Amino acid sequence: MGEVKNTTTSVRVLEGSETGFATTRLDALLGWAKKYSLFQYPFVTACCGMEFMAMASPRFDMARFGAEAPRFSPRQADLLWVVGTISQRQAPALRRIYEQMTDPKYVLAFGTCASCGGFYDNYTTVPGIDKVIPCDVYVPGCPPRPEAVLDGLMLLQDKIARGDRTPAVVKPRFDPAKHGEELLQLQRKGGG
Amino acid sequence: MSKQILDLLQARFPGAILETHSQFGDDTAVVDPAAWLDVAKFLREDPRIDMDMFTDLTAVDYLWQGMVPRFEVVCHLRSLQHGHRIRIKARVGEEDGSGADIASLVPVWKGANWFERETFDMFGVNFVNHPDLRRILMYPEFEGYPLRKDYPAQKYQPLVPFRDVPGKMAPFGPDEGMSFGRQTHDQHAGYANEEAPLPPEA
Repeated sequence: MGEVKNTTTSVRVLEGSETGFATTRLDALLGWAKKYSLFQYPFVTACCGMEFMAMASPRFDMARFGAEAPRFSPRQADLLWVVGTISQRQAPALRRIYEQMTDPKYVLAFGTCASCGGFYDNYTTVPGIDKVIPCDVYVPGCPPRPEAVLDGLMLLQDKIARGDRTPAVVKPRFDPAKHGEELLQLQRKGGG
Repeated sequence: MSKQILDLLQARFPGAILETHSQFGDDTAVVDPAAWLDVAKFLREDPRIDMDMFTDLTAVDYLWQGMVPRFEVVCHLRSLQHGHRIRIKARVGEEDGSGADIASLVPVWKGANWFERETFDMFGVNFVNHPDLRRILMYPEFEGYPLRKDYPAQKYQPLVPFRDVPGKMAPFGPDEGMSFGRQTHDQHAGYANEEAPLPPEA
């Protein structure tokens, strides 16, 4: 048994056979555990796949968030990343993957195509994966910046910790509409 | 060289070549659809022409131009030996889209198989004697031919019925977000508009 002291706090260091304990609520503990052990199933269909690879690669490094292990079997995953355009022909496959995942399961729509169909405003594309499966977090952007996706991931972890299952959108960090004057001036300069 | 191909065609099939032009150096021959397969065989087998590479085959829908026959099947060919190209066209189909039959080119070029399947899928042009004429891009349950001008572009035919759970849908509407093409610039804008489109104002 040792004691470390400074002017404000004192810390007891446990030694030998001594045991410590912490108090918490069970659901908070489980939420905390789930939050940092997301097993992801990347359902990658289109160009956003490259953005997803960039997210997983060292520069942005998704592994920092405890969302490390990609599992290519729905039975072993609890976070479904829908990355890219989902065509009408793919919708049954996506739905089957979702149904085979184990509870509790979460879905993140990566990019504007997965969120709402994007500019594929036609017969080919499902207008947002929420028409087929429930969705927790929507990350807009074509493609979304990796920072936005990390925002979405942290938002999802926050929701898991709070036990909140309502759909949410990642908000832009700066609003382009506020800079409309500058954009107009740029257009006047460039377009003549 | 290019003029020579069209001259050879004219000499070989008098009466079956309806129009020719060589705009921008691209030789084009509009062929009577009854002679489509014979013209293709001739282009492939004649050693002076020797079109051994099947580049592309598709169709164009001239419904809004009021053209009868309605579809123009366009085929691009190239010779690897001589390095020259030709484009042959054939006009088929009634105004309601029926009777668009044309001979399949699979006996002449094997590569025509998937191109013809795609043209059948998108336009409903029926290729006679095709070994395996079924849809290639859309699913078999899809009804209609989506690249025809009278198919409403926003008419969904979902394989999975769309969910509609209150409180669990997207927290944004179809009119929010970026302003994409059809929503802002098209007279037919709307959410899942199922009316057949009208020709654009001339």
